[in-house]
Amino acid sequence: MRDVVKRFPGVIANDGVNLAVRTGEIHALLGENGAGKSTLMNLLFGLYNPDEGEILINGKSVHFHNTRQAVEAGLGMVHQHFMLIPRFTVAENVILGNEGPDSILDRAAASRRVAELATSYGLNVDPDAKVGDLPVSMRQRVEILRALYQGSRILILDEPTALLTPQEVDDLYVILRRLRVDGGTIIFITHKLREVANVSDRVTVIRRGKTIGTRVTSETTSQELAELMVGREVLLRVDRPPATPGETILDGEDLRCTGAHHQETLNVASIQLRRGEILGVCGVEGNGQSELVEVLSGLRKPDSGTLTIKGQDVLGENATGFRQAGVSYIPEDRHGRGLVLDFPLWENALLGNTERPEFTKRGWIRSGWIRELTSSLMARFDVRAPSASTPARSLSGGNQQKLIIARELQRDPDILLAIQPTRGLDVGAIEFVHRSLVETRDSGKAVLLLSFDLDEIMDLSDRIVVLSEGRIVGEFKGSTADRAQLGLLMGGRPSEPAMAAA
Amino acid sequence: MSDFFTVALLTAILRSATPLVLAAMGGILSERSGVINIALEGMMLTGAFFAVAGTHWTGSPWLGAAIGVGAASVAAMIHAFWCITLRGNQIVAGTAINLIAAGLTAFLIQLIWDRAGATDSVEQLPDLFGTVNVLVFAALVIVPLVHFYLFRTKQGLHTMASGESPQAAESVGIDVTRNRYLAVVASGALAGMGGAYLSIGNLSYFTLDMTAGRGFIALAAVIFGGWTPFGAAGAALLFGAAQAIQIEAQATSGFPISADLLVALPYLLTLIAVTGLIRKSNGPAGLGQHANAH
Repeated sequence: MRDVVKRFPGVIANDGVNLAVRTGEIHALLGENGAGKSTLMNLLFGLYNPDEGEILINGKSVHFHNTRQAVEAGLGMVHQHFMLIPRFTVAENVILGNEGPDSILDRAAASRRVAELATSYGLNVDPDAKVGDLPVSMRQRVEILRALYQGSRILILDEPTALLTPQEVDDLYVILRRLRVDGGTIIFITHKLREVANVSDRVTVIRRGKTIGTRVTSETTSQELAELMVGREVLLRVDRPPATPGETILDGEDLRCTGAHHQETLNVASIQLRRGEILGVCGVEGNGQSELVEVLSGLRKPDSGTLTIKGQDVLGENATGFRQAGVSYIPEDRHGRGLVLDFPLWENALLGNTERPEFTKRGWIRSGWIRELTSSLMARFDVRAPSASTPARSLSGGNQQKLIIARELQRDPDILLAIQPTRGLDVGAIEFVHRSLVETRDSGKAVLLLSFDLDEIMDLSDRIVVLSEGRIVGEFKGSTADRAQLGLLMGGRPSEPAMAAA
Repeated sequence: MSDFFTVALLTAILRSATPLVLAAMGGILSERSGVINIALEGMMLTGAFFAVAGTHWTGSPWLGAAIGVGAASVAAMIHAFWCITLRGNQIVAGTAINLIAAGLTAFLIQLIWDRAGATDSVEQLPDLFGTVNVLVFAALVIVPLVHFYLFRTKQGLHTMASGESPQAAESVGIDVTRNRYLAVVASGALAGMGGAYLSIGNLSYFTLDMTAGRGFIALAAVIFGGWTPFGAAGAALLFGAAQAIQIEAQATSGFPISADLLVALPYLLTLIAVTGLIRKSNGPAGLGQHANAH
């Protein structure tokens, strides 16, 4: 067996990482956000140079100064954020940079070659389609196709499932296994344990830039991998007593919104939130989630429909009115909507609270009182920062999120909208956020959880609705929801049992 | 009135459109590569001046035109250095080139000819078939050449990739910096040729600010034509026609529309073009974006 070995000790982001990948295997690289996975792959791909250590491919030491050299050595990268040009066709994107020796392009021949290659690997892509018109899963195939066209024998996939539905993920697995049969080597970067178990032959765990260990996937458990990844014991499942749903507190009927390009981004969505219940909203990104949240938080007025909170019509209100009616909001975009990064923590704690008499008195900000409040919130919600005067920018993502949650829960809301509350957080912070959501529910408040992570939705929700193309296409009790069925609905396909079996 | 639309008017339209077409082709190359080029105006002015100065020094309008094109390319090189290497703001860089070109040419008229406002007359570039200048034919040939380059050659695909997504282009090993430099310098050469046409093609001397906004009109033609060579050439012809009709109408006694309104016509069309009333503008996606520095 020809061993493929890469070593990069000494760099800050990668502090002595050892990774040995064998030809013809699917090797998962598992680590939390910021563990150094991407840096490692950028080193391998010639985007950075290692300060120490060496990279060996097929026993030979290599030094890449740019991506071209890495590509010539047989490496191919499928980026997390696709490196494709939307306005070019599939064929143009695939051949770009590898057009061959002729200065004049033969588009017909290129298109034929790309079509042949696609067929031979079972990648069903039309070479003449514009990439911008293709769905995300197809764009990913274009990236894979490009790597194959470049002659890659070692394919690196960086968080390849982040934007896919569960069915598309399964399709991707099929493609990867097929590539492996043909002798290809695949490095699969992920922070999701489920994916490691589903697709990889072996797995290497890295934490804080260090290799923790390599395991044969079939001989390890999710629990062991999680502990290796985080460095301590973790609760993989949220401890969640059964819900005791109370009265309906928010009632939205037939909500419709029109998007920027005159297509309806939200049509006929009806949604109810009940006290003491977590409602999970799942779906693939871009199916009306942001519009729904903006309507429910008062940031956007729907074109039609009704929305009541505690029986009161709130559609005429702005966001402040919604907040006064008892809505708190953990926004998806922590930096854009959640915080003003250059403000100190105490001023961030004031945001959205200026109308409350504790915070302002005759138009004057009660800064002393707010500082004290912020300090006590920081202690209660474990926000790690030197003081309440520290700018929000200098905090880690997890601590920023905890500050937002502290601010929103301090309002003692009746309704909490939590939009992707754990995006980009490490496992420890995720645990904390999840516990806060369950505690909020248990204190008799209504919680809406919107996430693109189906596992998170299924772990936390008492009731689940699926949003697809702006419509609520299915509703399940949290305990009875079936992954495959949710996935089919998310992909916009009807949930017929026959299709689920196929 | 009946003899208003004559062959003379048609030639006048071609004459007005030629500098616009040449500069617009330059604008397309620059913008397709991802560099905003509002410096077309200054590059044209530089080209116009140095074409006269070059003819004055060498005695040959051909060498003069070459010097004009070269000088505009140097101006473009400065723009490229600022925008690409220094990663500066491309609008600010373009404005600076325009201001420097206006000031420098005014100063150099004084220095070389010891007078203000206009240079002495020099020898013109020759006309072909009687009355049509050689650069008019050059413009007619360059439009399909630019089209072929962009859409049929490997280098053209790389140029467009650099303009659509510099990151994606770099990820497949395309040298975005080199492609952008080439495109911006070529845009300077073409704008300079347009300028040379104004000074030693159409006339035989340089006057202060003789481009009079044609660089901006050419840029409007680029947008109006959807960043395609034939589209932009069509738009340049339209704008050229507006100018020619306005000039002709001023000379025609009893023309029913006020000449002052007609003077504004090209600018009005430009405004309509750039505000996107006629067609939704969709330029290169990576326009104005810097490439990653690794």
